[in-house]
Amino acid sequence: MQPLSTRTHIALLAAVVAAAILPALVPDYYVQFAAKVLILGTLAMALNLAVGFGGLVSLCHAAFFGLAGYALVLAAPEYDEPSLLLTLPLAVGATVLVALVVGVLSLRTRGVYFIMVTLAFGEMLFFLFHDTPIGGGSDGLFLYVKPVLAFGETILLDLGNPVTFYLVSLAAAAGTWWLIRHLLSTPFGDALTAARDNERRALALGIPVFRVRLIAFVLSAALAGLAGYLSAAQFGFVAPQMLGWHLSATALVMVVLGGTRRVAGPLAGALVVTGLEEVLKYFIDDWKLVYGLIVIALVLLAPGGLQDVARLTGLGRRAGTPALKLKEANNVG
Amino acid sequence: MDIGTFAIQLLNAVQYGLVLFLVASGLTLVFGILGVINLAHGVFYMLGAYLAWWLTVATGNFAVGILGAFAISFVVGLALESVFIRRLYGRDHLSQVLLSFGLILVVDELRQMLFGRDVQSVPLPEWLSGSLPLTDVLNYPVYRLVVSLLCLAVAVAIFMVIRRTRIGMVVRAGAENREMTRALGIPFDSVNRYVFAVGIALAALAGAVIAPISTVFPGMGDGMLILSFVVVVLGGIGSVPGAAIGALLIGLIDTFGKVFMPELAGILVYVLMAVVLVVRPTGILGKREV
Repeated sequence: MQPLSTRTHIALLAAVVAAAILPALVPDYYVQFAAKVLILGTLAMALNLAVGFGGLVSLCHAAFFGLAGYALVLAAPEYDEPSLLLTLPLAVGATVLVALVVGVLSLRTRGVYFIMVTLAFGEMLFFLFHDTPIGGGSDGLFLYVKPVLAFGETILLDLGNPVTFYLVSLAAAAGTWWLIRHLLSTPFGDALTAARDNERRALALGIPVFRVRLIAFVLSAALAGLAGYLSAAQFGFVAPQMLGWHLSATALVMVVLGGTRRVAGPLAGALVVTGLEEVLKYFIDDWKLVYGLIVIALVLLAPGGLQDVARLTGLGRRAGTPALKLKEANNVG
Repeated sequence: MDIGTFAIQLLNAVQYGLVLFLVASGLTLVFGILGVINLAHGVFYMLGAYLAWWLTVATGNFAVGILGAFAISFVVGLALESVFIRRLYGRDHLSQVLLSFGLILVVDELRQMLFGRDVQSVPLPEWLSGSLPLTDVLNYPVYRLVVSLLCLAVAVAIFMVIRRTRIGMVVRAGAENREMTRALGIPFDSVNRYVFAVGIALAALAGAVIAPISTVFPGMGDGMLILSFVVVVLGGIGSVPGAAIGALLIGLIDTFGKVFMPELAGILVYVLMAVVLVVRPTGILGKREV
């Protein structure tokens, strides 16, 4: 990761400020939609830490996402506000524990085995909540009162308030972005990407590949858990579908669309995918047919994601210098 | 458990394992030979069941339903290979995962447009709906035996084709070393499309034969897809004998798990997978290096 230029810093600051004052400018529906995009963007950025930077194509991140959501709902008192300070560490902690076990087992495998094994463990968690009574079975569970952050009697943050919730989601997405970026600028980040590019060479250099990957996998699961916690708090409802691999695959679509080598890319991917879904659902009954075809077209025509889409449509011709193209071509592999 | 009940459970376990083998062998062949991970495999199991239902109800003939489901899926497989899957050879796994995810969405939605989303059942013809007396009080349905025998016949046919024919030789060479096979001028790429189509058709056949026993419903492919992946991980990717061992193991564990500890039966399969991963990460019959 190269350090950001001053200009980028200013642009970033402007983007965050603009995002922060968004609730004052648009109707409630869009604030909720924006919060949903930020949450899914957090999930996708977290997933990309494993996929793009660790080279670990995981199909069980939705299970971590859903697990944290279930943890919030199961830990919440039925008719009282759950405490944010209590339930959030609990939910993320539970995710970390499960991710450790799944990670230790599945990181023994490589490539396509890793995909299959993570898929299988993810579905195991799905069936655990779908078939047994611990999580209300296939009907799911309701969260009647949203979490609050309170000191004594003073309520500092109430996630039941849509604007507060939106700002918390914004902070979560920004924090995730910052954390992953920072991580990649450390020697740990170099070790992770080195192991992705050439495992044998990394091992020969003395990098403890297994441990580095495990840490990255667990951290990425924890951030996915943070997103899942917020998602459960937003909708006040959890169902087994939240853990299912279709959501993992959707998050992968966001990752690829945004570009696997950019930390914030998946956030852009989340915006496009969520927006597209919303528009397609509104206009077309059989929207999944169109959505599926778009995903196929993405893989075949624009494997580099939005960058390729921009180039194909002629919007990003400026960016298409030979050096950049070469870099992107390498990135795709 | 008395010996009669045990025999029935054992027959059920073997029948389940054999059906699972039909699905998983296609998956493992497509990966081993084409190098493509196909998440859309399970959706064709579901499609096979719906095709069998639709054809059986339309023609009134169950055999037409089964054979038709197999034949239609084979043709669909050929078409899909030349339009989509061909472009995935040599691409990274991430692209393969995403493209097959897109295929799932498309096939699932087409199924909904053609056959609806209702749960259906396939009626058995009279000559298959009887049961055989096993002991004085216990009977075993004829159809389940027929399913086992049919799957066994298909499994033997797969083994014979791979071991004893010229095409099988090409397939084995390709699974062993793709680049070398190509470099030696062996017509390996023209075999690819048939491997993919047969894989899809086997999944559909499994769905079709299972349709009269279970019900036909939209999500039936998902569970089967996951179990086939577990089978492939257990047996070793690309290994057909490995898939047979894995499938029978899962059949036994799942069936007897449901008898002895019903609450944990769903988890047992994954525990088995975890154990194999610890002991032999590349599967029971897999190559050491992946």
